Amino acid sequence: MDIDLLIRQLINSLNTGSIYALVAIGYTMVYGIIRLINFAHGEIMMFGAYFAFVIATSLPVELPFFLIVIISMGLAALMGIFSEKIAYKKLRTAPRISALITAIGMSLFLQNFAQLLFGATPKVMPRFITAAPIMIGNTAVSMVTVYTIFMSIIIMVLLTLFVKKTKAGKAMRAVSQDKDAALLMGININRIISLTFAIGSALGALGGIFYSVAYSQVYPTLGVMPGLKAFIAAVFGGIGNIGGAVLGGYTIGFIETMTKGYISSKWADAIVFSVLILVLLFKPSGILGKNVKEKV
Amino acid sequence: MGLSKLFGTVLPHKAYKKLSISTVFINLAFVTIIFLVLNTLINTGILNRYYSTIIVLVLVAIVMSASLNIATGFLGQLVLGHAGFMAIGAYTAALIGIALYPVITDGFLFLSRNLLIFLISASGAALTASIAGLLVGTPALRLRGDYLGIMTLGFGEIVRIILTNVEFTGGAQGLKAIPRIMTFPIAFWTTATIVLVIYLFMFSRHGRAILSIREDEIASESVGINITKYKIMGFVLASMFGGIGGAIFAFQGGFLAPVSFGFIKSVEIFVIVVLGGMGSISGAIVAAIFLTFLPELLRDFDQYRLLLYSMMLILTMLFRPQGMMGTKEFDTPRYLRALKRFFLRKKKTDDLLKGSDQ
Repeated sequence: MDIDLLIRQLINSLNTGSIYALVAIGYTMVYGIIRLINFAHGEIMMFGAYFAFVIATSLPVELPFFLIVIISMGLAALMGIFSEKIAYKKLRTAPRISALITAIGMSLFLQNFAQLLFGATPKVMPRFITAAPIMIGNTAVSMVTVYTIFMSIIIMVLLTLFVKKTKAGKAMRAVSQDKDAALLMGININRIISLTFAIGSALGALGGIFYSVAYSQVYPTLGVMPGLKAFIAAVFGGIGNIGGAVLGGYTIGFIETMTKGYISSKWADAIVFSVLILVLLFKPSGILGKNVKEKV
Repeated sequence: MGLSKLFGTVLPHKAYKKLSISTVFINLAFVTIIFLVLNTLINTGILNRYYSTIIVLVLVAIVMSASLNIATGFLGQLVLGHAGFMAIGAYTAALIGIALYPVITDGFLFLSRNLLIFLISASGAALTASIAGLLVGTPALRLRGDYLGIMTLGFGEIVRIILTNVEFTGGAQGLKAIPRIMTFPIAFWTTATIVLVIYLFMFSRHGRAILSIREDEIASESVGINITKYKIMGFVLASMFGGIGGAIFAFQGGFLAPVSFGFIKSVEIFVIVVLGGMGSISGAIVAAIFLTFLPELLRDFDQYRLLLYSMMLILTMLFRPQGMMGTKEFDTPRYLRALKRFFLRKKKTDDLLKGSDQ
């Protein structure tokens, strides 16, 4: 076996996995707190990439990459909060299927809105990071990949610390366990839900920026496929569980890259979807998820 | 032989006290009138080829949404991969049609050549689509709600990827040279038959069993309804009719491409069902007509079509989650009675006014 190729594929799968993990965290956090599969999350990711594109190309001054990323993440967070306030808030007590349909509607809406704003043709994403690639053995690894992998890991660690150690994180965990009890303990549920959407959307936007830089393109349907795969990742790891989303993200990234590299790039998506169906059938609660029995 | 023998006993439903034979016949007469009017308009050329094509596409949308309504509206299962069944039906019918077209050169008895080819291919489509429905539906019973939706979404995508990658379906370039044997009468009466069958089925004992699963799965299981059986039944029926809808679609356009059966297509069908009212066949029909005609009328605003769809979906969920018709059905006799009452009342008031004049 070609060892260089293997290293190359492993690094690629880490890269894709990081992006999926970032996006999957958003799905899983929102699901954990309001039991909603936020279909529009992939579109928030796409908008994040567009924000970065617009800031980088239309401003007269050239901003540093980190600033662009932070502003785009902030805008995406606002977008997430607004989408929740407009579309999902009213449906919190409605049947879950209504909220889900609304989320599908929101996803289509944002996609077509982006198409209206930016046009359907793909735009070329600027290469933000131009530093020379580093060498691992005989393989050149671009700085974009290095940034993606390391920034993702740092952010995941920060998020874990936030959820585990801060008061807001504690409130978040409380709301996801029992909304009514959390309300009785004096937790402002609306604020916590907004915060969750904000964090999830910001991370999704970061994933979107990395994704579009890696493929050097932005287009309105950019969020669909990675969004779906990140969702598969979230289900794979056990939806509602942040650690599970990270694990799932890297696993799905690994499966996809290896299929593309060693089996067939045509069938990679089909294999990822088959994995999803198998996971759903044999362990619907995911690898790290808990089984919930239904009571009458 | 009464309807009850064919389809089980008929019990009260929200919209109907009783599904009497006369109701069915009056509705059928209504459908026949619509057919005669449209057929005359098409034959005399008042509605040109462009419009007759759109009408057949409306009929396809009606079949697709009425069939999805069995699984989503009546059984209450979220299905986001209905385009997958449509694709399976469409490709099966197209392949059978291509093979049969040179072989069958004449009609048989009272069947014309086109009808004969369509009937055989559509049966094939129904068969393969229902097998797919069985394969997806049986394991999917373990899942509910959003998980089932995701699984069916995955199924639809897998179907699309397979169609893109295998050889005999024409791959990504699509399947060409399908005989364009679809005529308006064939499409119309196929649709009418499917709607009638779904309608009668839903008012039968089996239909009510399916409705009870939607209302409360655990409660209906505890009164002795075989949930597994009825869920599979609902799933298979939905996919079967979806396959036939695909067959009509295939013979209409003469060309099939995997791209037309993606997630967006599933969502479009789903939007029709939600907008029409989950659990109302006539609601699905009205919404199908509306949502297929609307973009054609707004041809110049094509880029707003999906924007409009999605906004309608969100607004419907926020302000009228039960859809246009809720679970109610269109009922010609009732409207006739209402019309009669209206005119009688008008006559009475006219008489009263006359009386006051004197």
